This record gives sequence, C-alpha cells and structure tokens, in this order.
Amino acid sequence: MSLVARHLEQIGFPTVVIGSARDVVEQCGVARFLFTDFPLGNPCGRPYDRAMQREILDSALRLAETAFGPRTTVQAPQSWGDHQWRSSYMRVDEDNIEELRRMGRQRRQHQQVVKETAEDC
Amino acid sequence: MEHRPDPAFRTALSYIDLSRRYYAAHGYDVPYRWATNFDAPFTAPTTPPTKANVALVTTSFPVVDGERSPKSVYAAPSRPPPVEMFTADLSWHKGATHTDDVESYLPLQALSEAADEGRIGKANRRFFGVPTRYSQRLTMADAEQIGSWCRQDGVDLVLLIPL
Repeated sequence: MSLVARHLEQIGFPTVVIGSARDVVEQCGVARFLFTDFPLGNPCGRPYDRAMQREILDSALRLAETAFGPRTTVQAPQSWGDHQWRSSYMRVDEDNIEELRRMGRQRRQHQQVVKETAEDC
Repeated sequence: MEHRPDPAFRTALSYIDLSRRYYAAHGYDVPYRWATNFDAPFTAPTTPPTKANVALVTTSFPVVDGERSPKSVYAAPSRPPPVEMFTADLSWHKGATHTDDVESYLPLQALSEAADEGRIGKANRRFFGVPTRYSQRLTMADAEQIGSWCRQDGVDLVLLIPL
C-alpha cells in the first residue's frame, strides 16, 4: 500500500497513509503517515467507536494540509486502552515453537504436492 | 493487574522483526525483503481539505455471495457504504480484535459525514482496493491503475488505509 502512495505522490496526488504497522510504512517511505498504535485490523479506530474514528479521520485531513515535507509521521494520540495485544501477535516462545515447526513442515509438503501436480498438468 | 509495555523495548511493534522471527520458526530461512527507501516523493496539496474531493484506498475486498471478490485491483461505489468487506485472508491481529465494523478500516460513512458537514469538499464517488502482494512489480501496476482512476475522478486527496 505504501508503494501505491509513493506512486500517487509521484504523479501529483497528495496522500496520507493511515496505518498501524509503523516500521513497515516508514521503511517504505511515504509523504504523510498517520500512525495509530493499535493492533492490526482497525487503523481508523476501535470498532463501533464513532467518536474515535471521526477524530482519526480529522487528524488525517489535518496532516494532509499541514505536513511541509515528505516522511512526515504523526502518531495519533488515541489509545487502544490495554496493551495485552502487544505480546500476542506472531508469538514465538518455547510453548509454541514445536507447533510452528510442524505447521511449517506441513505447509512445505503441501506446496510441494501443488508444485508436482502443476508440473504433471 | 494491568498489563504495561516493558520500557526496555520500544512500544510500537516492529512487524518486520516479528514476521521474520515467526516465519524463521516455521523453517523458512530466507526472510521477506521489505520495500525500503530513504527518500519519498511529495506533492503539496493545491486544494484545502474543505474543498477537496477525497478518495479512500483499502486492502480489503468486497464480499460477493459470501466469498471474496477476485483478488485484483478494483473500484467500487462509495455509496451506500458496504456493510461488510472480506478481510479473512489478510494479516491482522485476529486474536486481539475483529473487523466486523467496516468503518474501523474503511471509513466511507465518516467521509460522507465529513462532506455533509463541510469538513471536506466531497467524498469521491468510488473507492479503490488494492491486493496485498509479495511482488512489488505487480503492486506498481496496481498503483498505475489507481492513479488513472484518480485522474478520471478529479481526486484531490487520497487516504490509503492498509489493514
């Protein structure tokens, strides 16, 4: 998505990216980025929280108008509320490492079967 | 007890680090190469938001007969806003939240209200969708298509919202 934003800027459209994966967007490099520090899935605000969603949209509109140069990141002040989600996404620890290895092996076997079937056709 | 982030680490998650570690644990030895740039193009707006035609771009997809519509770049009418979008195949934090409220990632209703209240000029008549792809070459082709639709529609400002 950040690549799309870069292309649009290049051909003359001002853009704002609203997102929660700060490092991914900043590493790609965009003109304006409104960072919402939420779990991935609801970058525009908590589900059904219309007041928060309106504030975030308005922040994006303000950022469009006020950023004076590229790579401008503004962190939205709204909070998700709790922080539990920070430690559970793509978790890898001794409790699940064997299960992840098994899932990886299974997926590679499946991909090999798909590849061989395609070669046979 | 309230869960607090460990101040020995940055609070914003690094999805680059998390995904590299996660897929390495699955046995994938070659990590994904993320788009990396040290510069960024910049267009100064010539129209203030209160007069601008604003378009949204999403990574979610319309639902057709309970299934995801074909996974290619698309344009769809902004009104009425869709009551559901297909997000199941995207990477988001399924253990911590849900995507039942479309406005939480595709705020077409909020944009329409902003237009009614004069906070923007207007909400573009259609919104755009772009698939999340591993190929940067294919993504660039999608970007050109969205650029061409934005020109056709006379868009002044684009808000891009990846899940």
